[in-house]
Amino acid sequence: MAKMNLLQAINSALDVAMAKNDKVSVFGEDVGHFGGVFRATSGLQEKYGRNRCFNTPLVEQGIIGFANGLAAQGSFPVAEIQFGDYIFPAFDQIVNETAKFRYRSGNEFNVGGLTIRTPYGGGIHGGHYHSQSPEAYFAHTPGLKIVMPRNPYQAKGLLLSAIFDPNPVIFMEPKRLYRAAVGEVPEEEYTLPLGKAEVVQEGTDVTVVGWGAQVEVIERAAELAKKDGVSVEIVDLRSILPWDVETVAKSVMKTGRVVVSQEAPHTMAFGSEVAATIQEQCFLYLESPVMRASGIDTPYPLAHEKEYFSDHLKTYEAIKRSLNY
Amino acid sequence: MAKQMAKDPQKTAVVTDLQVISGNALNIPMYQLLKEDGTVHKGAELPEIDKELALKMFSTMQFIRVLDERMIAAQRQGRISFYLSSLGEESAAIGSAAALKFEDMIMGQYREQGSLAFRGFTIEQFMNQLFSNAKDLGKGRQMPVHYGSAALNFMTISSPLGTQIPQAAGYAFGQKQSGDKTCTLCYFGEGAASEGDFHAGMNMAAVLKVPVIFFCRNNGYAISTPAAEQFAGDGIAPRAVGYGMKAIRVDGNDIFAVYKATQEARRLAVEENEPVLIEAMSYRMAGHSTSDDPTGYRSREEEEERRIREPMIRFRKWLVAQGWISDEEADKQQQQHKETVLAALKEAEKVPVPHIDEIINDVYAEPTDALKEQLAELKQHIAKYPDAYPNTSGGVK
Repeated sequence: MAKMNLLQAINSALDVAMAKNDKVSVFGEDVGHFGGVFRATSGLQEKYGRNRCFNTPLVEQGIIGFANGLAAQGSFPVAEIQFGDYIFPAFDQIVNETAKFRYRSGNEFNVGGLTIRTPYGGGIHGGHYHSQSPEAYFAHTPGLKIVMPRNPYQAKGLLLSAIFDPNPVIFMEPKRLYRAAVGEVPEEEYTLPLGKAEVVQEGTDVTVVGWGAQVEVIERAAELAKKDGVSVEIVDLRSILPWDVETVAKSVMKTGRVVVSQEAPHTMAFGSEVAATIQEQCFLYLESPVMRASGIDTPYPLAHEKEYFSDHLKTYEAIKRSLNY
Repeated sequence: MAKQMAKDPQKTAVVTDLQVISGNALNIPMYQLLKEDGTVHKGAELPEIDKELALKMFSTMQFIRVLDERMIAAQRQGRISFYLSSLGEESAAIGSAAALKFEDMIMGQYREQGSLAFRGFTIEQFMNQLFSNAKDLGKGRQMPVHYGSAALNFMTISSPLGTQIPQAAGYAFGQKQSGDKTCTLCYFGEGAASEGDFHAGMNMAAVLKVPVIFFCRNNGYAISTPAAEQFAGDGIAPRAVGYGMKAIRVDGNDIFAVYKATQEARRLAVEENEPVLIEAMSYRMAGHSTSDDPTGYRSREEEEERRIREPMIRFRKWLVAQGWISDEEADKQQQQHKETVLAALKEAEKVPVPHIDEIINDVYAEPTDALKEQLAELKQHIAKYPDAYPNTSGGVK
């Protein structure tokens, strides 16, 4: 084990994958010699050469289109989109190509080797275009897997699973925690399951569901609730698509109450899907409606970032709404 | 619009010896009037620029250099969150803006503060945006350097690269339809020219014959990626030919060449509805932004070599030789800019952020009921935890 921050854990996962299989390659804007704007790919070009870790021209639709082709050929491309906010020129390639490659060809062809890495989320003074959490757009697309880790250990294990999973995966990294989250991470290979949630903290009064960077926010809210004598069970979804209904439902059947805390704007964020499914599966167990703490339905503002953010206090208030309904 | 026939394959000239056209068949030379030593090329014809305009251009260059330097320092001190310098590229922005009419629209990428200053954006307006305060025209919503002003015909900057290129074609099409003899000038970098929107915008402008000037600042770098890893072949200008569009390659560090090239492009755009692609060759002497350190991707030697060719030295030498300004006057002007910038910085820093009510405005023309409800809840929440939201809690008591 070694102490790693989230970036180092990502870097370590890429290193392990590239050493293990020479069909793994890493590319995107500035990822080569410079090692990426966040330095997630530092040292990989020096170690594996310019054919396996390289800069691309500045064109997201090109990066993902190229990656689709490379994956179809049998490689394991790990394509980086510099910010989640800049993934949209590639939306067509992802939604119409990546997600449908296998289905439309009757499994004659697939791009299962593809992994798309992209940093997401706010809290870094990034304004409209360096803060968004666009996971829900992609969660509406059958054929994709979407993974969002909460800490360095999770990031490495989940990324290694994503790279070698036989399906295309969008791996969204919480950039706010890139350097802030530090933890023990094995230096060797290990994997964590895709599509499986994890109960991060056991509790009895209310279940709070989150994913990615929001889990840390929920932990802070749970601390506040604890002072009120409230026992919070925290579930980290880890994967948004497919998501682990069973683990969440099991928790809700135990606690009878559920709150979803999410960074993205309220309307149609992934919490809407969680709420709909939980009321279907656990209706008679629920003591109160599914509550949501979310961003406001506006573009991500700079000056009002603190107010916009679905922080621990808003999550704490949602927990109280759930309990006092 | 005159109906034009697509190229008829039957009418294409036929050859029997196989011809493979080189990817470098067009090796477009660079238009330059002012040499690095500040003297004019023999036989070169300078544009008609009077003393007043020349000094305005020079003063704007000095101002922008002072502003950039001061705000990078302010970012390092933690007073603003981000900054993006145009060091070394001032003449490309200012020379091109100077060649336009005020009514022409400018759509920037994010490194054209010189154009905006030339148009009359005040130091107070710059500072209010940089500090995201209540007086910012953009209401503090975007990161620093995302300026915009309807009054100055300068479209608000958007971070995603190249999105303004097809928009410029559309805006210019509207200008043509309105018959008001104006054009749109659209800036972007050689990196952004890799985006799909570049292709879309070029092609639509050429096909629809709109009065637009695409102004590419080829500064050699897209963050860390050198131009050599951005494109193969002879840069951006030759691409215009593929779209059936006129092209000019100009020394972006020669303010006179930029001015004259843009004047001619404007004439073609407005009088003949010919879109023009200008590629201005320059060098990004600064980092991409305050978020990166160029020593991680280029050598000091390279930077030193390029510093000699920077735009201000030669312009200043020319002005001094012309007797339009003395070195002492130029230094004094720079000092005055420093004082103005510092005073405005201190002033803007004191202005609070916009009132929290602003958070829901402008999402739509009118806030929806759902947004009003969200705002009411937010204000209650802020009132409950005033210490957690110190920037806005004063406004919800």
